Amino acid sequence: MSSSPRKAVVIGASAGGVEALSSLLPHLPPDYCPVLVVIHLPPTKSSVLADLFHDKCRMRVVEAEDKAPIEAGTIYFAPPDYHLMVETDFTVALSNEAPVWFSRPSIDVLFETAADAYGAGLTGLILTGANEDGAAGLRRVMAQGGRGLIQSPETAYARLMPETALSLCPKALVRPLDRLAAELITEAA
Amino acid sequence: MASIKRRLLQARDQFGCRSISMLQDMVLHDEDMLAALMSYLTVQVSELFRDPAYFRAIREKVVPHLKTYPSLKVWIAGCSTGEELYAFAILFREEGLEERTLFYATDINQESLRKAEAGVYDLDRMRLFTENHRLSGGKTSLSDYYTAAYGAATFDKSLRKHVVFSDHSLVTDAVFAETQFVSCRNVLIYFNRDLQNRAVALFAESLSRKGFLGLGAKETLRFTDHHDKFDEFAREERLYQKREAA
Repeated sequence: MSSSPRKAVVIGASAGGVEALSSLLPHLPPDYCPVLVVIHLPPTKSSVLADLFHDKCRMRVVEAEDKAPIEAGTIYFAPPDYHLMVETDFTVALSNEAPVWFSRPSIDVLFETAADAYGAGLTGLILTGANEDGAAGLRRVMAQGGRGLIQSPETAYARLMPETALSLCPKALVRPLDRLAAELITEAA
Repeated sequence: MASIKRRLLQARDQFGCRSISMLQDMVLHDEDMLAALMSYLTVQVSELFRDPAYFRAIREKVVPHLKTYPSLKVWIAGCSTGEELYAFAILFREEGLEERTLFYATDINQESLRKAEAGVYDLDRMRLFTENHRLSGGKTSLSDYYTAAYGAATFDKSLRKHVVFSDHSLVTDAVFAETQFVSCRNVLIYFNRDLQNRAVALFAESLSRKGFLGLGAKETLRFTDHHDKFDEFAREERLYQKREAA
């Protein structure tokens, strides 16, 4: 392992996630490391998230395209109805595999593949949600030497997802929503 | 790779193996295991008229070009269990192109090909398929094309009159025909860039001048070596047209 591994942040959110991300992503500076986001939405098949956050953020916001190289200063949203994965050559891969925890995209799938690629350079963040997706993924992130961060359940719109993550990853850092941006900037940038 | 790794680990657990090498041993010594493993490694999820905007664009923008040809060959590459094929067959019948068309439906998964050839789907999927068909600009009723019984919908065998089903690998096999349209959706996402390059080169070789290539909703030629052989024909719907001199 090299002394300064490549850095990236992966974020997973479900119920209440759009609001949580709205108070988080706009704070990240334009030259921040790449951020990959899975948020559970009904598979309406229209891609609204990148448009929604484009005007709010200082980073570039895109919907992830298959085989695209992952670049700093960019936020990648998983397209609706596809899993978002990271390859070990730091490119994006999409997949139509079966849903995980009834979800496609799945947070576990993103976190597990990103952990394999980024190792200790990765920070995983679990936000609000009423689903158990993401906990196993965060455990893999930390097992590979990465950092685990969880929104404190009492500041979450839905507690189940952060609580499940916490029970599987007791060593993860727990922070209220309004402290998460600062935590990401000081540590992962 | 990330996707293959996930599915190999799933298969390892499913077949009760302690390690990937134990799984490998089983596959090498048991022919049935290979077929079983293949079902894990190839992804089989599709819908009739999936992404209706794709089929609407074919109707409105591509069909007028195709009508100028006296005969047509259409390649459904990676046809899986046949949903894409039946959508094309129905659309071509609705547009008056079916009689002049030969469809090649290819896949590496024999079990999928058998299902494609049977054309039997769960009846409870028909509501989605019917809605997709309507949104694609369907001119008839989808129920005209299948009979329902015992919870299953069986598509009319006349839809297969112009179809050749064949075992073909985009990774190891060569071009087998000159075609005017290749539809290969949500297959290339499982390939790395080298394999994508090989597959797209096959399509470029197979397509006649000004022939059409359709990809999945989130796929792009941009990161392949052959992007300069094609023009974006309908950008949003991921329809490409082979260039004159390509």
